[in-house]
Amino acid sequence: MSHYYDDHDLSRFGDMGRNAPDLWEKFNDWYQATFQEGSLSGREKALIALGVAHALQCPYCIDAWSQECLEKGSNLDQMTEAVHVAAAIRGGAALVHGVQMRKRNAQLSM
Amino acid sequence: MEAQLELPTRNAHFSPRPSENGFPSFNSRLARHGLHPLRATGIDVFQINVGKLCNQTCRHCHVDAGPDRTERMTRQTAEDCIRALELTDAPTVDITGGAPELNENFRYLVDASKALGRHVMDRSNLTVLLLRSQSDLARFLADREVEIIASLPYFLAERTDAQRGAGVFDKSIQALKLLNRLGYGREPALRLNLVYNPTGAFLPGDQDALEREFKRELDRRYQIRFDRLFAITNLPISRFLDFLVETGNYEQYMERLVNAFNPAAARAVMCRNTLSVSWDGRLYDCDFNQMLDETVGFGAPTHIRDFSPELLENRRIVTGLHCYGCTAGAGSSCGGTTA
Repeated sequence: MSHYYDDHDLSRFGDMGRNAPDLWEKFNDWYQATFQEGSLSGREKALIALGVAHALQCPYCIDAWSQECLEKGSNLDQMTEAVHVAAAIRGGAALVHGVQMRKRNAQLSM
Repeated sequence: MEAQLELPTRNAHFSPRPSENGFPSFNSRLARHGLHPLRATGIDVFQINVGKLCNQTCRHCHVDAGPDRTERMTRQTAEDCIRALELTDAPTVDITGGAPELNENFRYLVDASKALGRHVMDRSNLTVLLLRSQSDLARFLADREVEIIASLPYFLAERTDAQRGAGVFDKSIQALKLLNRLGYGREPALRLNLVYNPTGAFLPGDQDALEREFKRELDRRYQIRFDRLFAITNLPISRFLDFLVETGNYEQYMERLVNAFNPAAARAVMCRNTLSVSWDGRLYDCDFNQMLDETVGFGAPTHIRDFSPELLENRRIVTGLHCYGCTAGAGSSCGGTTA
């Protein structure tokens, strides 16, 4: 294997249904239902998905949800803000663990 | 492998590649759904493309229109169109270009069509309304209650100008305000519809959701009102095809179109109730076939001089790979989504 991520592999995602079709079908149904318009619009859900994709650093998801956001009418300002939200939460999540570090320090130190 | 093609849909996550050997022919896909051969059901929309002259040079334009184009409909051909129109019950005349208003016979076509009691639509690029030579154009259209179908790919300058040229967005906003002042988008008889088409290698999203977004943003930012928004897919021909190929997006874009094939949209494609006439009087199933130089076929008359409603109303339609653009997802037509 020359490299781990290939953009063409995204279109082979359906291959995951070959050996566990029932589970794949359940996943598909749930996934599609999740992104239907509801209390949140489809555009808002796509922006959330884009943020999560960045938090997870999944290149397939970033490709797919960047495109989906554009298709749903979002612009680059909005998409960039969504990425900042994801980054801020990730950064905050790291930083808030500093409290644990401080507690441990207090426990160990004179 | 075939079964995979029909796996759940819209999301790119679930779009398998169609085949290693290329894209399935459009006719084969129609046949799988019992829609082959595709036939017209009548002529409800008599679409006249008066030529390729335009005051803009948009990057996606399927007509390859611009200020330097010389293909223009003559008075003789315009009169032939009206004579043919008279032979049909088509309720709607749809005038397009280029910038159709720049053709010297545009106003004749409007008045003659109205005199026959037909509803007239003008596909306008908006900026033409601000040209000094067209200072009376907006009033002309309003006085005749011509429906305006205006191009505005986005409610921000950056994306609009990237597709349509520097400064086009600001002029488009000025033109929309002018139309609003005349009653367009405010009075029921003065219909003002916007055309949204994606500013890149992606498909349009849900038309109603986009319309809500455009209405909110155009009202909030510019106090502009309009009636409907038509979401139109960019078809992979002409300048947009060049863009797809140059940017390495062609294969992926076609995959999206092919995988999103919707039989309901195929049943409702616009070519089934539209006849498209070119600047030189030749007849086509749609404006896209016109740009590909694929006239109506299978024995139907190919020129307006030989117009025959009987031979055209139920004609077999000429199709190609580009037709996937009109059948993807919710479908696409000159009037927006179809399914």
